[in-house]
Amino acid sequence: MEQNIIKQEKNKVYQKSKLLIDRVMHYCPGCSHGTVHKILAETIEELGIQEKTIGISPVGCAVLLYEYIDIDWQEAAHGRAPALATAVKRLYPDKYVFTYQGDGDLASIGTGEIIHACNRGENITVIFINNAIYGMTGGQMAPTTLEGMQTSTTPRGRSHIETGFPIKITEMIAMLPGVVYATRQSVDTASAVRKTKKAFLKAFKSQELKKGTSFIEIVSTCNSGWKMTPVEANHWMRENMFPVFPVGDIKDLI
Amino acid sequence: MAVKGVIEVEVELCKGCGVCIDNCPTETIALSKSVNGRGYNFAYPENPESCTGCTNCAIVCPDTVITVYRAKV
Ligand code: SF4
Ligand code: SF4
Repeated sequence: MEQNIIKQEKNKVYQKSKLLIDRVMHYCPGCSHGTVHKILAETIEELGIQEKTIGISPVGCAVLLYEYIDIDWQEAAHGRAPALATAVKRLYPDKYVFTYQGDGDLASIGTGEIIHACNRGENITVIFINNAIYGMTGGQMAPTTLEGMQTSTTPRGRSHIETGFPIKITEMIAMLPGVVYATRQSVDTASAVRKTKKAFLKAFKSQELKKGTSFIEIVSTCNSGWKMTPVEANHWMRENMFPVFPVGDIKDLI
Repeated sequence: MAVKGVIEVEVELCKGCGVCIDNCPTETIALSKSVNGRGYNFAYPENPESCTGCTNCAIVCPDTVITVYRAKV
């Protein structure tokens, strides 16, 4: 009885964003991508910029992102999203333009593109999903894989002697004068999701100032690739990823 | 008067990941013993009376299948 009194339209305090298309996402249960997509949709809806936003989707697990959020999209070749975003933004300087890229895309094959786009201070927002692995192709080592972490290509654990250290792209990016905002967040808890959403709102708003690039890394999980349950993966991430990739703002000139 | 919440899970779209359960401060949610049409043990409010409508579960759900209502009753 009480349930029915509470369950009325006027008492609704959380519902799915209207920008999220009614389609089941292809991601594994508990994958961080879904949570980040949701925040992205909510951000664009809250800012009222659906008609003015153009996203560049990547190659990797999030390749089908354009199927899930109801805005305009372009699909980039692997690692080339910042180059495409540059073109789109220069043609349409009053649109809100963002890339969405994983660590294989942004921190490996696309390192050149991202460094130079940020160094030019392109007035775009970059969303960087760092789950320390190549999820789509079967859990191979990524540039951000932790030392000692087992992957299908580092079965005895990553060693910096053979394959280098986990690359801290966001710290590198933050050093560039073209970057106005660089932050690292996560989506494993409700408070983390709220903080990440604030960062998204700030980054998209900052495009109006035309002062430079805004860059948001999200430390994420790939529970299938890591061979854990979704909840275990969130706990493992906090224990093992956060010491190497600490969350918080790295640069804020907005 | 107390603040009370009600959650509504879209059972057929839930993937049973359990992230909502891990984030609920009031131990309202559990995974069902039965499965939905796609074979997942779906989330449901096992202790509905303890829900405060804080929205944590809905905010962290990667598939955004939870709607939350809150009222003073
Ligand atoms: S977080 Fe969402 S998908 Fe996962 S078990 Fe809870 S309701 Fe289902
Ligand atoms: S709204 Fe809050 S109290 Fe209610 S089930 Fe969700 S997390 Fe638990």
